[in-house]
Amino acid sequence: MASRFQHSNRAGWLMAGPAAALIGLFIIVPFALAIVFSFTNQRLISPNPAEFIGLDNYRQLLGVATLTLAPETDAAGAPVVENGEVQYPALRGYTRNNPDYPGLRGMREWFSFDWGDNRTFVLARDVVFMTAIVNTFIFVLVVAPVQGGLALGLALLINQKLRGINVFRAIYFMPVVVSIVVVSLLWRFIYDGNSGLLNNLLGFLSFGFIPPVDWLGNPSTALGAIIAMSIWQAVGFHMVIWLSGLQTISPTLYEAAALEGASKWQTFRHVTWPGLRNTAVLVLIVITMQAFALFAQIDVTTRGGPLDSTQTIVFQAVQRGYGKQDISGGSAISVILFVIVLAISLTQRWLTREKR
Amino acid sequence: MAMISGENHGLRLAVRYAVLGLIAVIFIFPLVFMVVSSLKPDQQLLLDTKSLRAFLPVGDISLDNYVAAFQRAPVGLFIFNSVLVTGATVLLSLLVCSLAGFAFVFINWTGRELVLGIILATLIVPFETIAIPLLLLMSKLPWLGLDGLTWGWLNSYRVQIVPLVADGLTIFLFVQYFKDLPGELIEAARVEGATWWQIYRRVVMPLSGPILATAAILKFLIMYNQYLWPLMVVQDESYRPVMVGLQYFFQLNRAWGEIMAYLSLITVPVLGFYLVLQRAFIASIASTGVKG
Repeated sequence: MASRFQHSNRAGWLMAGPAAALIGLFIIVPFALAIVFSFTNQRLISPNPAEFIGLDNYRQLLGVATLTLAPETDAAGAPVVENGEVQYPALRGYTRNNPDYPGLRGMREWFSFDWGDNRTFVLARDVVFMTAIVNTFIFVLVVAPVQGGLALGLALLINQKLRGINVFRAIYFMPVVVSIVVVSLLWRFIYDGNSGLLNNLLGFLSFGFIPPVDWLGNPSTALGAIIAMSIWQAVGFHMVIWLSGLQTISPTLYEAAALEGASKWQTFRHVTWPGLRNTAVLVLIVITMQAFALFAQIDVTTRGGPLDSTQTIVFQAVQRGYGKQDISGGSAISVILFVIVLAISLTQRWLTREKR
Repeated sequence: MAMISGENHGLRLAVRYAVLGLIAVIFIFPLVFMVVSSLKPDQQLLLDTKSLRAFLPVGDISLDNYVAAFQRAPVGLFIFNSVLVTGATVLLSLLVCSLAGFAFVFINWTGRELVLGIILATLIVPFETIAIPLLLLMSKLPWLGLDGLTWGWLNSYRVQIVPLVADGLTIFLFVQYFKDLPGELIEAARVEGATWWQIYRRVVMPLSGPILATAAILKFLIMYNQYLWPLMVVQDESYRPVMVGLQYFFQLNRAWGEIMAYLSLITVPVLGFYLVLQRAFIASIASTGVKG
């Protein structure tokens, strides 16, 4: 690249220096510090110097174990059944100071499943963090394909030659320039359990048949409600990226397809989609990275609740690192998040690599 | 035959517009609701959500909520803070990142490839993953100000500006743009004895209108909508930006009309700005997708 230009170390470093120094100090150093802190017990304000504690933070966050228990039996050896439920020995007998199970100390039940007559309990040292990881993955796995797909649909719709199409493009893009914080507050009103617009609309459409739901206050709907709202806000962003991808496809390809009598679907399948390959990779990676960073929506609407149904990785990192001033715990969560994001974007790149 | 297909065409056109219009309603109704509600007293606001009146400025319409919002919180100060922080960051970012882009594309220097590679690698580090250690770093950095050397950057304007000035994406956008400029111009100016600064200032910058607009818009959107970072580093209300200032409206008695007034106040100017510069906004987002 550009080797034909003159050599000047002084000018080069002087001009690139400020940016390099700022990025070094405010991105690379904190990134390195996150890794270092995650192996210590660093706190924001503490009278004692931080100590190296190895993998303890990670063990605390990610510690998972299983415990398979046989049902409690009565004197005759038959399982005890109370209120139609088979009874199992209390877990706290294993997780509290049981010398036979030192690894389970301090763990709590995450979930359990039945395995033959026995029941297997999956225990986690930090159940809330496990829930946060699962919720974040659900969010990403729903948002990435749905938002990417809807954005492509909108882009195809907007790519038509129609009078006034630019007005529609402008409107679809509008939520992108509105802060997600503002959007979250507006949607709180839409989702409200009493006078929410969504309940009123559903009640009207169903002639009062659908009862009102407290969308953000109900553990089974809260995450879905946040997903819908997040897609609403960001879909216009990716519509525009798809649109610029669509416009790089040569019109002669479409003319050729029309000459050969290709149907709309065939044209999309064999002309449009192959031309959008690179755009698709980019859209997918950008949405995934943005989705993993889910924080503001949660902070403004549910704050992780109800019943931890909307806990997310970043919300947990902030709650610990900032709320509880536990810099090392928050840093360990940050490192875990980074490893996940890196692994996924590398996988996506590898899966969608140019095949030669 | 021709008439039938003509009708058919008209019908299909109508269906297309109906679909486009319906989708437009989905994207616009919360914003209409926000502005309309900001003009209504709370009681009517809540009652109106039961019908389409929620989207119509009817009934007891006034600017009372705006007056009340200004009385409840230092709204003017929050807006001033946001404008100051956003403006300063955007300007510094344009300067610092365009200089770097210039050096990466037009000057040959030892370490160029390596530094550029490292900067581009930071694109995969989400800000959220460095926010916590950055918070600690900020609490310890020194600052030489009017009152001598002080330690800790928390609760200030600089903590909201300086760490966010340089970013990989903006530098990447400048590098891409500069690569497509005719290199002969720079070579010619160099032969004529122009200094690097003169070339940057007199040759490259005048040709960089589109990329400066793109980078400014992207940075503006990111900075004005900052939430997580100021939430952590600014407890002192005199430095709070608009998004964090929202907390004021959720204390004790919640007045929805005032909240809507505040939301309108901090959103409508940006929407207006967007509608005026619509093409530039959309082009700037699109450019993040080119050559990804």
